[in-house]
Amino acid sequence: MHTSSEDMDTDEGGVIKKFMFVNRKAPYGTIYALEGLEVVLISAAFEQDVSMAFVDDGVYELKKGQDTKALGQKNFSPTYRALEGYDIEKLYVERESMEARGLSEADLLVDVQVVSAAEMADLMAGQDVLISF
Amino acid sequence: MLHIVNKSPTERNALDACLRLATKGSAVLLIEDGVYGATKGNSVEGKVQGAMANVKVYALGADLQARGMADRVLDGVTVVDYGGFVDLVAEHGNCQSWL
Repeated sequence: MHTSSEDMDTDEGGVIKKFMFVNRKAPYGTIYALEGLEVVLISAAFEQDVSMAFVDDGVYELKKGQDTKALGQKNFSPTYRALEGYDIEKLYVERESMEARGLSEADLLVDVQVVSAAEMADLMAGQDVLISF
Repeated sequence: MLHIVNKSPTERNALDACLRLATKGSAVLLIEDGVYGATKGNSVEGKVQGAMANVKVYALGADLQARGMADRVLDGVTVVDYGGFVDLVAEHGNCQSWL
């Protein structure tokens, strides 16, 4: 039987694509940040080349010291530190977004690569698939 | 009048619109993602500082804590709990939510 699909190769050792999850929403006010994180964790099972980008209010997802007890919502911020255990180690934060919010790298709860807008643009341009939250 | 803003000032223009249209002596309560507007060092700090000459600004403590921002609230902003939220609504004759 002849198969012609190059893009949908699901054989072992098949095509590995570059997936970037782009996070642009603050946590808790909407469900985007949490849903995005869950999809990233699911994606880890597919052994793809996964990275996460944090731009605009998405940078707030990584702010240290989140405490949701009084809110009655789950504090999902510790999960960002667990991503390394799923081989998701490429976390990029856009410097311009971070600084516009009065934040510095020391305010972030996980090790990230802080990149300029121009560097982020290049990273995005180099992906096969971009998924936005 | 009590104005309530629940959107991040760096994502939506709800706070901008509120501050433009709030009359002198009004109260502005920031809740949910709106609390980022009550924090130091961001791009809207100057606008909020300027507005505080005309309006009283409050922020909901539970929302600041959830976002890890409770330790960087702008000087002049009053942090309230849920009881304080109720008191603000009761004290003012009307309120407007900026969605």
